[in-house]
Amino acid sequence: MCSGGTLSILRSDSYVDLSQYRDQHFRGTRYDQERLLRKSCTLYVGNLSFYTTEEQIHELFGKSGDIKKIIMGLDKVKKTACGFCFVEYYARGDAENAMRYINGTRLDDRIIRTDWDAGFKEGRQYGRGRSGGQVRDEYRQDYDAGRGGYGKTVQCQLLFKWC
Amino acid sequence: MSRRRHSDDSDDSDGQPHKRRRTSEPSEIEERLESLICRVGEKSNSSLESNLEGLAGVLEADLPNYKSKILRILCTVARLLPEKLTVYTTLVGLLNARNYNFGGEFVEAMIRQLKECLKVNMYNEAVHLVRFLSDLVNCHVIAAPSMVAMFENFVSVTQEEDVPQVRCDWYIFAFLSSLPWVGKELYEKKDAEMDRLLSQTESYLKRRQKIHVPMLQVWTADKPHPQEEYLDCLWSQIQKLKKDRWQERHILRPYLAFDSILCEALQHNLPPFTPPPHTEDSVYPMPRVIFRMFDYTDDPEGPVMPGSHSVERFVIEEVIFAELFQLPSPPHIEVMYTTLLIELCKLQPGSLPQVLAQATEMLYMRLDTMNTTCVDRFINWFSHHLSNFQFRWSWEDWSDCLTQDLEKPKPKFVREVLEKCMRLSYHQRIIDIVPASFSVLSPANPVCIYKYGDESNRSLPGYTVALCLTIAIKNKASNDEIFSILKDVPNPNQDDDDDEGFTFNPLKIEVFVQTLLHLAAKSFSHSFSALAKFHEVFKTLAESDEGKLHVLRVVYEVWKNHPQMIAVLVDKMIRTQIVDCAAVANWIFSSELAHDFTRFYIWEILHSTIRKMNKHVLKIHKELEDTKARLARQHKRRDSDDDDRSSDREDGPLEEQIERLQEKVESAQSEQKNLFLVIFQRFIMLLTEHLVRCETGGIDVFTPWYKSCIERLQQIFLQHHQIIQQYMVTFENLLFTAELDHHILAVFQQFCALQA
Repeated sequence: MCSGGTLSILRSDSYVDLSQYRDQHFRGTRYDQERLLRKSCTLYVGNLSFYTTEEQIHELFGKSGDIKKIIMGLDKVKKTACGFCFVEYYARGDAENAMRYINGTRLDDRIIRTDWDAGFKEGRQYGRGRSGGQVRDEYRQDYDAGRGGYGKTVQCQLLFKWC
Repeated sequence: MSRRRHSDDSDDSDGQPHKRRRTSEPSEIEERLESLICRVGEKSNSSLESNLEGLAGVLEADLPNYKSKILRILCTVARLLPEKLTVYTTLVGLLNARNYNFGGEFVEAMIRQLKECLKVNMYNEAVHLVRFLSDLVNCHVIAAPSMVAMFENFVSVTQEEDVPQVRCDWYIFAFLSSLPWVGKELYEKKDAEMDRLLSQTESYLKRRQKIHVPMLQVWTADKPHPQEEYLDCLWSQIQKLKKDRWQERHILRPYLAFDSILCEALQHNLPPFTPPPHTEDSVYPMPRVIFRMFDYTDDPEGPVMPGSHSVERFVIEEVIFAELFQLPSPPHIEVMYTTLLIELCKLQPGSLPQVLAQATEMLYMRLDTMNTTCVDRFINWFSHHLSNFQFRWSWEDWSDCLTQDLEKPKPKFVREVLEKCMRLSYHQRIIDIVPASFSVLSPANPVCIYKYGDESNRSLPGYTVALCLTIAIKNKASNDEIFSILKDVPNPNQDDDDDEGFTFNPLKIEVFVQTLLHLAAKSFSHSFSALAKFHEVFKTLAESDEGKLHVLRVVYEVWKNHPQMIAVLVDKMIRTQIVDCAAVANWIFSSELAHDFTRFYIWEILHSTIRKMNKHVLKIHKELEDTKARLARQHKRRDSDDDDRSSDREDGPLEEQIERLQEKVESAQSEQKNLFLVIFQRFIMLLTEHLVRCETGGIDVFTPWYKSCIERLQQIFLQHHQIIQQYMVTFENLLFTAELDHHILAVFQQFCALQA
């Protein structure tokens, strides 16, 4: 009767819930994407420094379980790290623990953010910004030493100023 | 029950938007009831008493239509929300006062639930239920004499013959741990019976064996805080409580406010409760040792308190560290505690970081007697914590460790912490954050060592082949080309005329592995690609057991400055079956690794290897069960189909598959057993050697190395106790026999005592 039952408040696991983000380049319906996200073992990790290495990521994310693969995000033009990566675990439970306990903590002195990913496909390791990096680095106005300094648009403006 | 968000409504697979529901459906009411019940006792603008009264009224009104649902919800909160125990017992008390029958049905449902929990080994939840029932005495739902009778049945379990001690332990624990809630009331009504129960308990506690205790203690010394076995500790606490006439001020008792209503209620008698008998499938909780780190009330010279409010901080930290250091395993994944403490530091920036620093200092001071497994956890926690706070720490405070032998616990701890800090950052960062005097403890720069890299090594055998290989690989040579290049490598072992082909050639392995790893040294991904690309060459070279061992040796030679790389390479090689688990175990105990034997990374590798083996066995086992289930479903379909066409022919492939999987399971289990045999054997050899050497030389056995080694052996038992238990008979007969040195045998006996 009761040994298996639980309470919905205890089932709420907000750190593991899907965020609002949906990949616009995803091939398939919204429904397909969400289905994949809900059983995915792959996490997107954002706000990394350009200098953060695969080894550091492995050490940190290894704390929630065995890692199957890490794919570093690359600038599409320069083919250098551009501040994000994918971490794939063997087991969904390990990825969930990363969402609960590693998301929002620091790596390389920066607060990193993790989110569910529907699964790596060739091409997804590249930034989608016009200049080759991530979109967020195109338009941001602040100076971030770990992410190439000013945003690309600002860099262009500065360049113009000095020409 | 899944709740769909509003945004999902328009994305239905059938494309139909849902109509908004105008009337409340039963399922919605049930959800609301559950929500109401779960939320009572939370922060509210009204008082708890008025919330309880209101809720009791609502539930009473809903009883005619939703009784079974309400029963189920209340039983579930009793089981799963122990922190609100007295809130819910009060609620039940109020309901019982309004509806006597309901009270009776609830008690019956609780008893059924308790029996079920015990049958399926859910002992923690069962304790919550027992406490709930005992507090119902305070709420006038259950008559005190019938509760005493239940406890009499609990305590009489200690008279059962041929049952594990841990079974009796649980029933005593359930009885004693309910007394803070109900001891007063039970003593008022049935003092003679209670005295008898306590005296029976005392005599049980005196005669039970405590061989397991040393294995579960965080510290090997009893100063400054003795670490009591959990039942002994609880017994002392209950004795003190009894002496204080059961007065305590920590438990919230909302029912006191309703005394006038509740004392009018009729009480129920608990049905006679027979503890379910012990079966082969019964698995009782393991005993525990109570962890104490602060003693501020007793020790006036203790740490200076930052402020009177911070007593709670100390208690919070003690509880968190107690869980983190719990043996065999913490209740939650280790990283959770790191993140929890970081969050607490953010919430209480004025006090918690200071208290945490003091706690760290205290733990550091007591490293000499700290259990090695607990030191591992301390290292992991501290380094990860520091990485969230820019590695700021007053390292100079710990310069006392610089004058000690590097194998001693304190310098060892600092070394391991710095290494872990480096893994989360980079080498130069670590050099920058420690004072210059600490350079002796700083980690090595994690660079690869390529023996054929230097022109000065020209004379080494295999040098030219290495050069050739380097060029070939850079030019994207195929596996076949690699093989033909390697054919030219002489075999230093080949004295006798051997069969040609792929016998163990250590030089071939050396040249190939050194060169490849050097070329792929840039990152983990590069190395993994190299392993994948040349998998065939690896498999061939490492075909024999000696081959596997030699591959591991070469990996170590190349990457001994970068333990993290060694660990990930070993992991990949096991997963791609280049080496097997037994090879890794033999390698870890080999003389080449003796220098690193007490380093943390070695044990991380070994435990990770064992876990992979365990997961492999579970995976195949699951495949087998799934296939059996498929066959059973097929049979069922056939039986209900009544179709003559479906014959045994259809069963064929599945039955074959089952047979194959059965073999696979057996072979995997045999490999698993063998892995533990290898590990235990090597431990016994190493330890015996040390013990003999010490005895003949007249030196003290208890060196830092010995303490580390014997505790590593304990760690194997504790971390993998469930698996090891399956093969106990083999281990007992083959390895842990009476002829073994008593130091080593004691570890085995302590382990057996954990589930005895």
